[in-house]
Amino acid sequence: MDVTLHVWRQAGPDKPGRLVEYPATGISTDASFLEMLDIVNHGLIERGEDPIAFSHDCREGICGSCSLMINGEAHGPMRGTATCQLHMRMFKNGDHIFIEPWRSVAFPVIKDLVTDRRSLDRIIQAGGFITENTGGARDANAILVPKHDADAAMDAAACIGCGACVAACPNGSASLFTAAKISHLGLLPQGQPERYRRVLGMVAQMDAEHFGGCTLHGECQEACPKSISIGVISRMNRDYVRATVMQREEREVAGVG
Amino acid sequence: MTLTLNAKTPPGPIEQKWDTHKFEMKLVNPANKRKFRVIVVGTGLAGGSAAATLSELGYQVSCFCFHDSPRRAHSIAAQGGINAAKNYQNDGDSIYRLFYDTIKGGDFRSREANVYRLAEVSVNIIDQCVAQGVPFAREYGGLLANRSFGGAQVSRTFYARGQTGQQLLLGAYQALERQIVRGGVQMYPMTEMLDLIVVDGRARGIIARDLLTGAITPHVADAVVLATGGYGNVFFLSTNAKLSNCTAIWRAYRRGAAFGNPCFTQIHPTCIPVSGDYQSKLTLMSESLRNDGRVWVPRRRGDKRAPSEIPEAERDYYLERKYPSFGNLAPRDIASRAAKEVCDEGRGVGPTGLGVYLDFADAIGRLGEDTIRDRYGNLFDIYQRITDENPYRVPMRIYPAIHYTMGGLWVDYNLMTTIPGLHAIGEANFSDHGANRLGASALMQGLADGYFILPYTIGDYLATNKLDRVDASHPAVREADAAVRGRISKLLGVRGGRTADSFHRELGKTMWELCGMSRNADGLKKALEVIPQIRDQFWKEVVVPNTGDTVAFNQELEKAGRVADFLELAELICIDALHRNESCGGHFREEYQTADGEAKRDDEHFAYAAAWEYGGEGKPPVLNKEPLTFEAVHLSQRSYK
Repeated sequence: MDVTLHVWRQAGPDKPGRLVEYPATGISTDASFLEMLDIVNHGLIERGEDPIAFSHDCREGICGSCSLMINGEAHGPMRGTATCQLHMRMFKNGDHIFIEPWRSVAFPVIKDLVTDRRSLDRIIQAGGFITENTGGARDANAILVPKHDADAAMDAAACIGCGACVAACPNGSASLFTAAKISHLGLLPQGQPERYRRVLGMVAQMDAEHFGGCTLHGECQEACPKSISIGVISRMNRDYVRATVMQREEREVAGVG
Repeated sequence: MTLTLNAKTPPGPIEQKWDTHKFEMKLVNPANKRKFRVIVVGTGLAGGSAAATLSELGYQVSCFCFHDSPRRAHSIAAQGGINAAKNYQNDGDSIYRLFYDTIKGGDFRSREANVYRLAEVSVNIIDQCVAQGVPFAREYGGLLANRSFGGAQVSRTFYARGQTGQQLLLGAYQALERQIVRGGVQMYPMTEMLDLIVVDGRARGIIARDLLTGAITPHVADAVVLATGGYGNVFFLSTNAKLSNCTAIWRAYRRGAAFGNPCFTQIHPTCIPVSGDYQSKLTLMSESLRNDGRVWVPRRRGDKRAPSEIPEAERDYYLERKYPSFGNLAPRDIASRAAKEVCDEGRGVGPTGLGVYLDFADAIGRLGEDTIRDRYGNLFDIYQRITDENPYRVPMRIYPAIHYTMGGLWVDYNLMTTIPGLHAIGEANFSDHGANRLGASALMQGLADGYFILPYTIGDYLATNKLDRVDASHPAVREADAAVRGRISKLLGVRGGRTADSFHRELGKTMWELCGMSRNADGLKKALEVIPQIRDQFWKEVVVPNTGDTVAFNQELEKAGRVADFLELAELICIDALHRNESCGGHFREEYQTADGEAKRDDEHFAYAAAWEYGGEGKPPVLNKEPLTFEAVHLSQRSYK
């Protein structure tokens, strides 16, 4: 099949960018989207041109590296699928395909389609963990976790940290990412001691990184390659309100407020 | 120069070795730990857990990964699970049984004491991961669930759906992020190690390139830990992530670290076959599918009929025919070779002829489609997404692919390489899996090394060695720095007309054909002629785009450097495969097989680990042997008939 690509080219973080047209010809419909880009790049390199930079690694939808806006949709047209698992048979011969990087102030462009997503790591640093040094753990079966809770925690923990939720959100909010971690840990007994501290820290960091606020558009769950539900955001908001109240009460008890 | 390999295996009964050793090792006073800096390269299960744990203990850690986030390391892609000798199922498991299964699964080519220790600490890993919040599968009562896996008769595998590697890695990653914000770990994401700094015979740092800015910087430390994974991508097409590479361990080898058993590579029988020459990687289909799927090919060669049109009598269920007692559940190496054999006979299926059917029709007839969907729905979806075929209606097509490398840097019982101060953990070392790894054991080994072994043994090294201060002006640092810069200029300077990928594909094809599932002396000799030719061409014809008007971020430059190293490692793999005149585990030499075509080990001549030492530019590598002695287990021939 033959398609025409319109690819965002940007030489560096502070350089101007623009859409450049490239033909992609003789592509097998069984090729993945990234393999199609490999073929285009192969041609560009052989002609002495600069290949299109894009992030990728595992190519099986789990590492969270790949990140493309395809015709305006994060990870393209297929639901619950990362870009690397998207195949060319989803497109028609003669299609024009627009490929852009994630759009967000918090994800500055490094080059072409590659963005810097380290802001997500800093949200995790603000509390997305359970404080437990190596070596002190009690027997694993001493902690009982009802199956329902374990399953719900796993649903949230499936997040691959790709940032599609941010790219899809009209506000550029990282609420789905942040709430998924808060829910994963908050649903488990092990996560209770730090539950409220965690939500305050992570939400504050999300704001500090200039991610937008959540107004429940729901675009994030449509774009999420792991189909994580915005139910986790409600949970985060509940915990946040409760944590704020508790914090005030603690201050009053301590004579601060 | 020949190395003296000292495995440093502690004396005493196997059950007491690790305890004895832990007591014998010197400790670093808590107040002194912060005076030591340790470099950890790689943030997968081994590197992430080691960096976090070392920081918790009080060491200063510098941690490097080439991804934008430590969470993206390839451990994340592991599906099935992690073994541990918890015996929660009351089915007769024990540390000794896990030890025995692992050493037998490795076809008696691993070091006994290391494997026993691995089984011993496996129970602590599960405790640690649960405490961190890893959402393992649970029973209704809230207890942990287990499942069975290949090579074992007990249920000892813990799992988090089909994403066990992801969840374990996120546990280690979160522990690491906690140490980063605490200040104990200085994290360098998007930074790649390109050489090792050796001062007075000791590993004292690395030269790293910042992938964003292109800056090349030396980083010095008191000890270095490589947790940089395996080298399966030497075959180009593998189940490994695209960026997984051998550069860190290969550079260490060239600086003097011995390379253990490079020819021990694992081929997984159930992967989605190659569909075209544009293909960039192969996708694994979990081995659990063979519980209900039947493997077959047409009896007649060149039979191009659709599978549904081939009557029962004209099908060859070759695994059931050849291995009646194990049938479709024959071990990985055997099932892989059998598939190759039928395809070589011209009976392979699919457009390329390199594929066999994995057919669920009988299981669906017997159990119903819903049960099969319950068990394997997720895998069937992945298969359909990639191939556009519905495996509920049409048999899956599968073919073996490179999956894991048992070989790696040779390490002693302390996980230290032959360069003092340089440690290797996880898949990067050669230690625990011998000639074949059992399913669900890679995750176990990575976390055992990182959480529970290295943090102890590295303390002994730091406490017992007087390490002088080294700074960036040291001649050895400047020499390594200049070597890296020289190499990059050389790559950019070739200005040929062929992409790095095209050389990588050519190398991979050669390796797969001549040093893949089965090997013979003639083929290996041919490979040893061809590989240097490809390498010469690479250095004459490769093109690394460097248009000058862009930032230093250059993915093609990264790739070219990695391919250059694969082109050297490939030769060592073939040399090792040619020298090992026996068949064992994943290493099948066609000359050494039993009358009925099974692997024939030669314990008299080859019960050793081959530790290859770099001989210098253009010179052959030097073979050193670590004899393997078995005190706790008896050597036996594996049979699956």
